[in-house]
Amino acid sequence: MEKFTVHTGTAAPLRASNVDTDQIIPAEYLKRITRHGFEDGLFNSWRKDANFVLNRPAYQGVSVLVAGPDFGTGSSREHAVWALMDYGFKVVISSRFADIFRGNSGKQGLLTAVVEQSAVEQLWKIIEEEPSTPVTVDLEAQVITAAGFTTKFEVDSYVRWRLMEGLDDIGLTLKHVDEIAAFEAKRPSFKPTTI
Amino acid sequence: MGRTLAQKVWDDHVVRRAEGEPDLLYIDLHLTHEVTSPQAFDGLRAAGRPVRRKDLTIATEDHNVPTTDIDKPIVDPISRAQIDALRINTKEFGIENYELGNKEQGIVHIIAPQSGLTQPGMTIVCGDSHTSTHGAFGSIGMGIGTSEVEHVLATQTLPLKPFKTMAITVNGKLPVGVTAKDLILAIIAEIGTGGGQGYILEYRGEAIRALSMEGRMTMCNMSIEAGARAGMIAPDETTFEYVKGREHAPKGADWDAAVAYWKTLPTDDDAVFDREVIIDATKLSPFVTWGTNPGQGAPLSATVPSPDDFTDEVDKKATEKALEYMDLKAGMPIRDIKIDTVFIGSCTNGRIEDLRAAAEILKGNKIAEGMRMMVVPGSVRVRLEAMAEGLDKVFLEAGAEWREAGCSMCLGMNPDKLTPGERSASTSNRNFEGRQGPGGRTHLVSPAVAAATAIRGTLSSPADLVGSSN
Ligand code: SF4
Repeated sequence: MEKFTVHTGTAAPLRASNVDTDQIIPAEYLKRITRHGFEDGLFNSWRKDANFVLNRPAYQGVSVLVAGPDFGTGSSREHAVWALMDYGFKVVISSRFADIFRGNSGKQGLLTAVVEQSAVEQLWKIIEEEPSTPVTVDLEAQVITAAGFTTKFEVDSYVRWRLMEGLDDIGLTLKHVDEIAAFEAKRPSFKPTTI
Repeated sequence: MGRTLAQKVWDDHVVRRAEGEPDLLYIDLHLTHEVTSPQAFDGLRAAGRPVRRKDLTIATEDHNVPTTDIDKPIVDPISRAQIDALRINTKEFGIENYELGNKEQGIVHIIAPQSGLTQPGMTIVCGDSHTSTHGAFGSIGMGIGTSEVEHVLATQTLPLKPFKTMAITVNGKLPVGVTAKDLILAIIAEIGTGGGQGYILEYRGEAIRALSMEGRMTMCNMSIEAGARAGMIAPDETTFEYVKGREHAPKGADWDAAVAYWKTLPTDDDAVFDREVIIDATKLSPFVTWGTNPGQGAPLSATVPSPDDFTDEVDKKATEKALEYMDLKAGMPIRDIKIDTVFIGSCTNGRIEDLRAAAEILKGNKIAEGMRMMVVPGSVRVRLEAMAEGLDKVFLEAGAEWREAGCSMCLGMNPDKLTPGERSASTSNRNFEGRQGPGGRTHLVSPAVAAATAIRGTLSSPADLVGSSN
């Protein structure tokens, strides 16, 4: 995983609440068995509308998404995170994320930055007035800056550490394989097995 | 201070706890299916890692499978590729897979409880958000993403932060004709689709204790629709009775040891929840959704709300958008909404009790003119059990389709889909835009409401049938 310290890029405003994972990427795309190339499915039905924010010329090449509350609700599909990342997003900013989505994002290296809804409104205003405004997300300082506006953001401290170190979760856990084996040795015999 | 059910189960699975790190939690049972696993197996292969506990892992084919002509090759090449990938992966990594045609095959959340793999006090995960279903047994059942699937395959553990706990106490008895599905839809409408975020819910109280295991599974299944990671119900005699004698249930001395342990799990009297919600069961009536998320629901006897009924700007907008998508007028009686297709099935309501409830209402009746009704058992075993009871005949005589087991019309991943503009009354769990097929409109209902709706052609409860021409 790539290390994440500071990211600067342009941002797209997504003025919608409760953007569920079916909207982020429809079930149709879940049939694929590869891990890359999901950008074409991102916001699939909305992208058919020429006025949808990601279709507007001013928002090409964005890497930060500023969304309404309760982003990523619904199914646990990780494809939602892959689609956002394959499209080029590095950061999603919202006042509230669904738990599973946030968990999935952390594992893949997509930063979900939680800010007050008022800060979301402020950022929307800035990037709507001037879409080319660079937005800087500093993970170390946990601060977002755009055109002189600054706001702190929240992120799980463990996820932050892992993102900053670029560490793979499984490798980290396997360092504790002895403890896992010790736990297994003590499991009661009444627990079921599948075979 | 005492501990809650969730805290006890959690504590008993902590492999490692360290300051500033999430707990490393042991996973008792890992359920997999064709949709969220291929990339996880790919990851293992790339890293040269084996599956740590094949004996705690099981696979089934459910999301993509057709529910007719299952002896023919799957037509859609992408669906077929996903199923093939699961077969190759499970074979290569040594995991048992219940293939289409196997009598153990079915929806992942139906097969584990029915075979006795789901028991109280376990940690159960699956790359599917409705894993919360298994909480009905007093286990922590959690949906996980594909990276986490890979993590569990490789390590049989997950690094997780403890969740907060919320008690949802349902006092009193549910009125006759009001089911677990109505209750959970009413709870979601009450606390909202984000209300459970960060929490494990525990359903308690007289009305919950009175529910069957099937009803409890329906409740816990939909916890995720309230934003919660898991929903739980303390194990009791109803739970033990259900588990006892099933294929994977403990036997002999193991059974006694297990029951003794399970009895220690219910929340202590002096335990404190982070949040409590109290619901009066006696005030409830059949409940359905009118909008495009499971929180947009109302009693069947109500009218379609207007955006003006909401003070919050976000709710107002969401209502406006939902009414437009659903093609509904504010103020119209919900009972007048005309339905094209009724779907009975899914991991929410595809169990034997659900089919019995629907059959009881359909018996001796015909579905409305022009109505399409699909009955899809959640597993092959449910299908066979229903057929042994003659339920298939009831459905067929009423004019419904009786199909093979699978997720079917719960989501648009297999041939069972709504066409654009088509309106369904569905016993599934999600009414999101396009969930049952692009442009499809979904009303979430209980099996009883689904059956009554099929007969009358408009959203109806069984009580509406009394004295009507049918
Ligand atoms: S029935 Fe529906 S909700 Fe349940 S596992 Fe299948 S697709 Fe998911």
